[in-house]
Amino acid sequence: MISAFARVVLVFLLLPGSAALAANAQEANDAYAAAKALSDKAAANKNQWPATATALAAAKAASEAGRTDEALAKAKEAEALARASIDQTEREKTAWKDAVIR
Amino acid sequence: MSARHAPAAGLALVLGLAVCGIAGARAADAVDPKADMKAFQAYFYEKFPNVKHEDFVNGPYSMDEGMRKQWEEKEEFPPYDFAVEKGKELFETPFKNGKTFADCFENGGIGVRQTYPRFDAKLGEVVTLEYAVNRCLTENGETPYSYVKDDMAAVTAYMAFTSRGKPFAITVPDDPRALAAYEAGKQYFYTRRGQLNFSCASCHVQNPGRRIRAEVLAPALGITAALPIYRSEWGGMGTATRRYMSCNSQVRGTPLAPDDPLYRDVDYFLSFMSNGLPISGPGARP
Amino acid sequence: MPSTIRVRATASGDQTDVQSLIQHPMDSGYVKDAKGELIPPHYIETVTFEHDGKVVLTAFWGPAVSKDPYLKFKFSGAKKGDELKVTWTDNLGKTDSSVAKIG
Repeated sequence: MISAFARVVLVFLLLPGSAALAANAQEANDAYAAAKALSDKAAANKNQWPATATALAAAKAASEAGRTDEALAKAKEAEALARASIDQTEREKTAWKDAVIR
Repeated sequence: MSARHAPAAGLALVLGLAVCGIAGARAADAVDPKADMKAFQAYFYEKFPNVKHEDFVNGPYSMDEGMRKQWEEKEEFPPYDFAVEKGKELFETPFKNGKTFADCFENGGIGVRQTYPRFDAKLGEVVTLEYAVNRCLTENGETPYSYVKDDMAAVTAYMAFTSRGKPFAITVPDDPRALAAYEAGKQYFYTRRGQLNFSCASCHVQNPGRRIRAEVLAPALGITAALPIYRSEWGGMGTATRRYMSCNSQVRGTPLAPDDPLYRDVDYFLSFMSNGLPISGPGARP
Repeated sequence: MPSTIRVRATASGDQTDVQSLIQHPMDSGYVKDAKGELIPPHYIETVTFEHDGKVVLTAFWGPAVSKDPYLKFKFSGAKKGDELKVTWTDNLGKTDSSVAKIG
């Protein structure tokens, strides 16, 4: 016979997307802030990518709708894109000279 | 040389070489627009020996025979005709204060397009024809035009039309600010940007005459000579700014603000590279 | 109102080459404006070219023809100095007409 306590524990373990795995709003907000900071840097570099802005907007919309997993994922995506655009600008600061017609 | 003097002489020699070395390095980094232009033009003339030098201003039509035939037919009745007519009307209509565009330009604005862009020493920045048109409007209490199409395209189309055939005569004065603007334009042209990681050079220096999807790429040499252009794709006229912004979008980059100095700088660079080549604007493109 | 029609006709022997450029938005009705609203259809439906009282060409256009349409064709039976009349009518009932001398 399973005790009431054991039953509760079993149910909890079997629940999909248990609390330990789901993103919380704080995580999503932090990720958004990090992504936004990088996105702003890319814009200041005059090398913003529309994909970054789209992902960021999607993260915000998901956050507002309470879809925190999605908000986190989109924020991470935006961060990766922003980082890539910033890296591109850094690289091109010297790389452009190699392309010049001599 | 005596042993006593040798170290001093040796030191002097080393110092002399060091100075030359530094000067040499600086010379390599020095901005030399004329040398750039010579190399730029030579590159395209060698790459396309069968294209007449003046023909480069016709963009893809200098690269593709089939397109050229269609273009020549349409040039008998060009799609930019309406814009030139509208532009002439706007050009000649007085502002509220009684002045006209003619008062803002030398020679009344007729036959001057080939001298733009220019470096304005007083403003300390590059002035393109579009920028000059809008400055004229604001200085006379009128609302400036959008940089991208419609009235701006019409007025600049008319002005370009009055300069047809005149060779580009751009100057980069020996002013560190002008040289910096020129260099910024040059850097912009060769810098990769956007998610597709293309620079202007990726298409227009490395692949002129080749296709990108359905379009034949124009060579960078003479590319500003045909502006503003009627693009079938747009179903209307567009200015240089419109083209720069759409190029940015097409490489999956966010366009800059229409009056961003970088757009003016790159126009300055490209036009100087085309010095001597005739104005072919306004143009018609697919 | 300036004419929306530009036409140039040149006779060479019995053949006359005609080119025309007509200013018209040719809105298909499927395109949305900046606000996201459909731009209503407004396109030329027919264009006729008449010489000596006879129609030498009728073009049936519609939403598939682009803005500011350019047309080129040739016909025979005309000579230099004759008149060529061009008329278009669109789906909103608007119309314009122009007469050109064959050169």
